[in-house]
Amino acid sequence: MSSSELSNIPEPDEFMRIAHKPPRSGWMDIPVVFKPGTYCFPAKAKNLKILGMPNPREWSPTDEDWKLPENWREIIREGFKDRLDKYRSFKLFMDICVRCGACADKCHFFIGSGDPKNMPVLRAELLRSVYRKDFTLGGKLMGRLAGARELTPDVIKEWFYYFYQCTECRRCSVFCPYGIDTAEITMMGRELLHLLGLGINWAMEPVANCFRTGNHLGIQPHGFKDTLEFFAEDIENITGIKIDVPLNKKGAEILFVTPSGDYFGDPGTYTCMGYMMLFHELGLDYTWSTYASEGGNFGLFTSHEMIKRLNAKIYAEAKRLGVKWILGGECGHMWRVMHQYMDTMNGPADFLEMPTSPITGTRFENTKSTKMVHIMEFTADLIRHNKLRLDPGRNNNLIVTFHDSCNPARAMGIIEEPRYVIRNVCNHFYEMPENTIKEQTFCCGGGAGLGTDENLDMRLRGGFPRGNAVRYVQEKYGVNRLACMCAIDRATLIPVCDYWAPGVLVTGIHEMVANALVMKGEKERTTNLRGEPLPGKEE
Amino acid sequence: MGLWFSLFAVVILTFVVFMGVEMGKLHFLFGLVVPYAAFATFIVGVISRVVGWARSPVPFRITTTCGQQKSLPWIKADNIESPHNTLGVIARMALEVLLFRSLFRNTKVELKNDPRLVYGGAKWLWLAGLAFHWSFLVILIRHLRFFTEPVPRLLGLFAGIDGVFEIGVPVLYISGLIMLVSVTYLFLRRVFIPQVRYISLAADYFPLFLIIGVGLSGLLMRHFFKVDIFKVKELAMGLVSFHPLIPEGIGIPFYIHLFLVSVLLAYFPFSKLMHLGGVFLSPTRNLANNNRMKRHVNPWNYPVKVHTYEEYEDEFRDKMKAAGIPVEKE
Amino acid sequence: MVLKNLLIQKKAAISKRWLDMILEAYPPEAAKFFKQEGNRFANPVGYTLLREIEPFYMELLEGLDAEKISPFLDRIIRIRAIQDFSPSQAVAFVYSLKKVIREELAMEIHERRLYEDLLKFDSRIDELALIAFDIYMQCREKIYEIRVDEVRNRVFSLLKRANLISDISEECEQKM
Repeated sequence: MSSSELSNIPEPDEFMRIAHKPPRSGWMDIPVVFKPGTYCFPAKAKNLKILGMPNPREWSPTDEDWKLPENWREIIREGFKDRLDKYRSFKLFMDICVRCGACADKCHFFIGSGDPKNMPVLRAELLRSVYRKDFTLGGKLMGRLAGARELTPDVIKEWFYYFYQCTECRRCSVFCPYGIDTAEITMMGRELLHLLGLGINWAMEPVANCFRTGNHLGIQPHGFKDTLEFFAEDIENITGIKIDVPLNKKGAEILFVTPSGDYFGDPGTYTCMGYMMLFHELGLDYTWSTYASEGGNFGLFTSHEMIKRLNAKIYAEAKRLGVKWILGGECGHMWRVMHQYMDTMNGPADFLEMPTSPITGTRFENTKSTKMVHIMEFTADLIRHNKLRLDPGRNNNLIVTFHDSCNPARAMGIIEEPRYVIRNVCNHFYEMPENTIKEQTFCCGGGAGLGTDENLDMRLRGGFPRGNAVRYVQEKYGVNRLACMCAIDRATLIPVCDYWAPGVLVTGIHEMVANALVMKGEKERTTNLRGEPLPGKEE
Repeated sequence: MGLWFSLFAVVILTFVVFMGVEMGKLHFLFGLVVPYAAFATFIVGVISRVVGWARSPVPFRITTTCGQQKSLPWIKADNIESPHNTLGVIARMALEVLLFRSLFRNTKVELKNDPRLVYGGAKWLWLAGLAFHWSFLVILIRHLRFFTEPVPRLLGLFAGIDGVFEIGVPVLYISGLIMLVSVTYLFLRRVFIPQVRYISLAADYFPLFLIIGVGLSGLLMRHFFKVDIFKVKELAMGLVSFHPLIPEGIGIPFYIHLFLVSVLLAYFPFSKLMHLGGVFLSPTRNLANNNRMKRHVNPWNYPVKVHTYEEYEDEFRDKMKAAGIPVEKE
Repeated sequence: MVLKNLLIQKKAAISKRWLDMILEAYPPEAAKFFKQEGNRFANPVGYTLLREIEPFYMELLEGLDAEKISPFLDRIIRIRAIQDFSPSQAVAFVYSLKKVIREELAMEIHERRLYEDLLKFDSRIDELALIAFDIYMQCREKIYEIRVDEVRNRVFSLLKRANLISDISEECEQKM
């Protein structure tokens, strides 16, 4: 080896530099690199076709040519204008940001990755730069100097990369002095991308399935029935109590809607069993629906129109079955839709009655228009009125902390109800630090359609702030259960904990409720719903 | 790039007015025409921007909730952070507009036994922002004495408090000092905090330089060049009473000051400075979190293609019947 | 060992330089953020690096006890394993310690002719790099394991629901 060759060997610190370290020239010049583990697979054409969405085709983000339709610039421009005219939020958020940087370090993806384009302000600038070029005088005249730039295929790629690197968690919006909400920006960005046929499969397949079969997984009515009956069997094995599964029952008082994650994947299934046990114990006159068998709504991660198309089933089914009001299970984004969109989109729900608890007589005045009650409001009310016999000691093996899910916390404000319930069903509950819970809660890193396995590296980056806080209470109080009331959380926090705080498992709240619930005529329970021995019943 | 361009632009503007008045004797242009034009642009511009925003409807009630919702009577609702009625919204907006509540949130996170607490950026941003905006307002109000005759007593009192330390002759106004210091801080953080520098545009530096220019020229003409205040007032009164006149012998610093203010006014409606109006319209802040209590109407709500129960049953009827699930049509 | 004493004396300067070098691998906007914001929840990456690096360095001076050194390395590498780094980039920070020491102690090493000590310490750093690589791989393997688990759980519950899976152990017992 000659000495000149030797000198070509890079120094260690050169080795460490990341290839795409932003040069001084500014963010507009840095192209996106699609690395495995950091992006989601594109939506399959068949899913877009079922939904009648434009430009379905097979493509991949790593392709050089994304096969954009010929007039794609026009499509985006028209789409942009249309949305500026329809949404004050969008127009305002394009105009009034002063780039103060307060949001910069509030995004879990920025905190975990250090990628500057994950600063919420820059995520929005991805759209604003194009807006300035097309819609403002300054941008037209001054170009780059005014922060404007030409719409190119590379910009589209950047949009795809970064708008599917935002979980629409709204944490930045809490800190913005003008309330600029990146979720709103991301939703618009994704709507624009969909005009060109660019979506992700992990969102669009559930949407397509939900549209046709009523739930994300495409579970058909008989499969749904089997599933619930399967749970009923499990419950019987554990408690000795046989419970009914009312399905599509006309004239029931309450329609119960929950995300399919609850009856599909562990540990959501235990929460689902929890609901069933609770309702049975109360003797509630309720029904499940196979048609409205999905509370979740991935339309929220697609477009406003899609939210409405999927959500329409809920009221339609409530009307068909002739129920009095609707009860909703533990879910995050579902509750953003139910709370902030459903009534406006598919209401008024004048065919329903004021939701009133048949057990306590409490009128849920806060739901008098939408007529849908969150199960945490319902259960908290039951506990408050001493209507449940609870033995929190059965959960003594759990040292619990609670993760506020983004949407319930920041789009709904349901903060104390779950805490009240948790405190009543378990004896060991510890909060995570203040700046990681309630309205400042950190996202699981996999919301808004990003919870797919091919995107795992990115999810773990985004989940680091949450995982870090869990790790803290794990070390400090010996926490071993992370409770949450969101189906996506129950799926995505498992890897987050597994990687950042190994040993902490994830649980729904009604799983704990059911474990603590002393049911009339039950046999002596030896295990919890997971089949683990109850405290004191270990062999 | 944006920084140097903006600095250059402000220097050029100063140069233009200097040359115009000093060499071109364009007192009429810079003393009357430009201020009128700028003011007209400001008024028309701001109104049309706000109307433009207002013309786009608010289809959904997308409040960002930062506190407990109103639900069960025994759970204490936070009517400010998650307002459930108009009073709450007003309180929330007042805190937001007057005290920059959201920015203040940055400062809350402190852990006591942590040895390495460095809380630069966040807290100072709130403080400097607040100091800047309030001092600017005070200065604006103080300037009303040029546009009123007789000067309302309240205004005199106001200026008196502002100059309470009685430093120098004429007295140095605290507000002017605070404004210059805070705006300088806001500029420096843009330069020295890498994240903020990365996102900053010419549109961020330009107004800062402009305001620094306005402040400095004001300070200079009051304390160093001692522009003839009575003549300035004559001019100002002429402007507001639409009997414009140009008194002889007002020093050039005044024209620079006036011109930079005019540029600021004219630039205002086309810039991010419109956040002044925008903050009141922000749907995540100015709407009550009463979504399930009161229906919000979307003016452009249109029918969409849905998958009806009938279509669903038609597809799965046999399977439903086989599984014993009730159906509509046998 | 004279070098060791020097390394202890200069621990603050060396660990700071080392940290700077680690942070240099990030975009400058992020590097500054990681370095400045000291709240462990608002900035876990920065906090971990800031907090771990000095005790880690001190532990290294004591010798290369894998048991003791691994937790430090783990906390740092666990983060880097999921960030935008190639494997070499993720563990290369170990080697930059060599450079830091040479630069910080250039004079002393030269004057006191500490080359032999330095070489010995170098090989300790080399060994450390091997441990770092193991940890990096453990992290990556964990990620693949999580991915597989996620997919398997999804399929498994479907199969279970569809009654396509029977409990093999029971069947086996019956046959036996």
